[in-house]
Amino acid sequence: MTARIDGRIAVNAKRVKLVETGLPMKLVLLVVLVFSAVTARAELPPDAKALHVLNRLGFGPAPGDMRRIESMGIENYIQAQLDPESMPLPPKLAAQLDGLDTLHLDPVQLFGKYGPPLPARGEKIDPQAAKDSRRRAHVILEQAAQARLLRAMESPRQLQEVMVDFWFNHFNVFAEKGLDYLWIGAYEEEAIRPHVLGHFRDILGATARHPAMLFYLDNWLNTAPDSPGVHGQFEGLNENYAREIMELHTVSRGYTQQDVVTLAQILTGRGLRLGRFGGDAGDGFFFDRRRHDFSDKMFLGQKIKGRGEAEGEAALDLLAKSPDTARHISYELAQYFVSDQPDPVLVDKLARRFLDTDGNIRAVLDALFHSQQFWDEKNVGNKFKTPYEYVVSAVRASGEDVDNFRPLTGMLQQLGQPLYGCQTPDGYKNTQAAWLSPDSMMRRLNFATALGSGYLPLAAPGQRSEPVDPERLADTLGRQFSLRTSGAVDAAPRMLKPALILGSPEFMRR
Amino acid sequence: MNRREFLKVSGLALGSLPLCRSGWAAPGSGRRLVVVFLRGAVDGLSVVVPHGESAYYESRPTIAIPRPGIEGGALDLDGHFGLHPALAALMPLWQQGALAFVHASGSPDPSRSHFDAQDYMESGTPGAKNTSDGWMNRLLSVLPGERSPTEAVSFGPTLPRIMTGKMNVANLPMGKNAAHPMPMDRPIIAEAFDRIYAGDDDLGRAYREGKAARGQLLAELQKDGKEADNGAPMPTGFPSDAQWLAKLIARDKSISLAFLALGGWDTHVNQGGQLANHLRPLGEGLAVFARELGPELADTTVLVMSEFGRTVRENGNGGTDHGHGNVMWLLGGAVGGGKVYGSWPGLGGQDLYQGRDLAVTTDFRHVAAQVLQRHLRLSDAHLERIFPGMPAGNAGLSGLIKA
Repeated sequence: MTARIDGRIAVNAKRVKLVETGLPMKLVLLVVLVFSAVTARAELPPDAKALHVLNRLGFGPAPGDMRRIESMGIENYIQAQLDPESMPLPPKLAAQLDGLDTLHLDPVQLFGKYGPPLPARGEKIDPQAAKDSRRRAHVILEQAAQARLLRAMESPRQLQEVMVDFWFNHFNVFAEKGLDYLWIGAYEEEAIRPHVLGHFRDILGATARHPAMLFYLDNWLNTAPDSPGVHGQFEGLNENYAREIMELHTVSRGYTQQDVVTLAQILTGRGLRLGRFGGDAGDGFFFDRRRHDFSDKMFLGQKIKGRGEAEGEAALDLLAKSPDTARHISYELAQYFVSDQPDPVLVDKLARRFLDTDGNIRAVLDALFHSQQFWDEKNVGNKFKTPYEYVVSAVRASGEDVDNFRPLTGMLQQLGQPLYGCQTPDGYKNTQAAWLSPDSMMRRLNFATALGSGYLPLAAPGQRSEPVDPERLADTLGRQFSLRTSGAVDAAPRMLKPALILGSPEFMRR
Repeated sequence: MNRREFLKVSGLALGSLPLCRSGWAAPGSGRRLVVVFLRGAVDGLSVVVPHGESAYYESRPTIAIPRPGIEGGALDLDGHFGLHPALAALMPLWQQGALAFVHASGSPDPSRSHFDAQDYMESGTPGAKNTSDGWMNRLLSVLPGERSPTEAVSFGPTLPRIMTGKMNVANLPMGKNAAHPMPMDRPIIAEAFDRIYAGDDDLGRAYREGKAARGQLLAELQKDGKEADNGAPMPTGFPSDAQWLAKLIARDKSISLAFLALGGWDTHVNQGGQLANHLRPLGEGLAVFARELGPELADTTVLVMSEFGRTVRENGNGGTDHGHGNVMWLLGGAVGGGKVYGSWPGLGGQDLYQGRDLAVTTDFRHVAAQVLQRHLRLSDAHLERIFPGMPAGNAGLSGLIKA
């Protein structure tokens, strides 16, 4: 927080200086100095640049990627990544994704097909039938995890996959909360994935209408007290979602407890309709007028006229346009793509781009990828990989085909980052402080050893994975290792070389 | 870096140290502190129920824990407070005088954000966001005695904020699979990685700490491998983890500080059943822990805390929203148990913090400070280092930790 404030002061100070000096000659000199500093810093060797881009815009190099990016050029690669539709999915990946049938069902269909059994009126739920249906529904989580890992490992649209990870954590939903086991995959498909490079207001709005979010943060129950729709559990206000929208999803500062209560009132009645009266298919969202608080409200100093569902949209508009939101999202992006402690000057620059483009994420990222800080040598190879990034990048680099995903999901569990398993709404962090621990180092090295020597059972049952070829692996990664790592790899028996490369400090970071 | 940190780092930097050797010298006092953090804000008014207070029942028409003697009622503690019935497993410890509570305790910071409030409670500096380390890490730096790789351990795959800082801390996986063999146990593999991680950087330090802690863990678990469980059924979930933790602590005398966190307390909806389902294994686990520790319980203090309490009034969905004051639990041989400490502010409309929450009348740091001073025998100067800027005061805590 203070760092960001410092940033603003630093920028102001610079402006003041320019005004004070005012002389054209000095200005030119300053520009020249700044420019040469940028170009001097930007002089990473071409290999290092290619590796940096592959590590940050994607989950690291797969075999052949280094050569590919060098032949097409860094800038072309960045522009292609910002325009994922320009790159077709490989037919094999497309076919694999097609085969994951639960990904193609909407929330109401999922509820109908996999939800808890609905007892006839007056009858009780059969506990055994409930258990059976819960077990059957496990396929939803399995397929979601499989699709996520497959795309992250195989898709040429790497930036899209990186942004799915980013936004999923920003708008986190926990698969084990109540009925969310039904909608975890649909949430990613419908609310997150289509908007990852679009406008912030769209992803905010999509998550706000999705049953997975409405259920996770309890808004489906949020009811105006004394409204005609009060019944059973739907008895009164619930602040949970309102608070997290402001704290985590948008402004993150500058609001009061009264604003939380008011936003909760604005969001009353935004709930679910699943099956029975809702038909056989649908998005599951239902605005229940009878449970809504129709009074006029003052929210963040603005008057919001009581008029039903549109109030919620007006509140989201206000929040999405706030400079605090621009700053919050910009800080998160800079931390994710550049450095654990992002330069406040960069955050400020991205926030301005965010406000100027009405929250266009593609435009903000374009500015980020062309910033001095992104290319600054001190920020290259300095991000400690999250368990997810580590596991995905290791499998990508190894070139192994994956048919059995259990060793990967199990590893993520062991490392404390199970897919769709973050219980709290703040999502997983992406800093070294959050993920570097003694035990996790041991576990990463165990994983590197098993993967590198072909002992990780990733192949289909009955087939064995081959040990990774150390020469090919070193080529894949552009052979950019420290003397210490090269020395240790050279000294090790051939069977251990891939393990040492995948377990090296260089590969722990991106 | 002070001498102590230097000794610790340099001691661990010896890559050739025989790792499976047991008999690390135990720290001086032999006393230890275990902190259990309930992430998500447990409802303290359901844990230690003010059943003598009519305002409690008026504020919670559907989710109040009934008065003692009624079905599903609280277990009376002192005529005014009662324990949640799902915590029945703890009643024998209360009766033995090994369990106490401090009610209306918590952080002086008003935040109702889980993340800010946890951060403040773990940094030990409420309101100050820039504290880089956690208070248990600072505590480790002032503990007397020899260093050992498992002197401070956190259970779980990541290092929590409360344990981060300059001092090395081990993290150990929870559960019975922790001691399963892994590739890194094989010397040929470990030696190859020793070369890569010989440097004095963050990764090198974590690597060596992880390897040393793993060695120590395996050595301790192999000491008397086949221990009879006396025919008792193996508990599952938290009780199982607590049993494992107690076994480890009872064997590895060098563990002075331990931390673990449990989630699932954010009961905005249908609080009743959910809370009972989480409290029951916690209570059983703590009881198993105390039993398994045996005589070691005399030197152990367990502190259970949570980032803030929940609203006094129930919300519209049979749950409670984010509040302020809470209850802290203390368990152990040194605890002046059988008593609810603190200064009870009451639940009447004018007594509430901002008109909705239980007020905080005891700063959580003062409770922790009692343990640090009287159980771990730290000086005032040390205390100032662990909780810098802590205001003076320990009203209502006299006798909480026996001298």
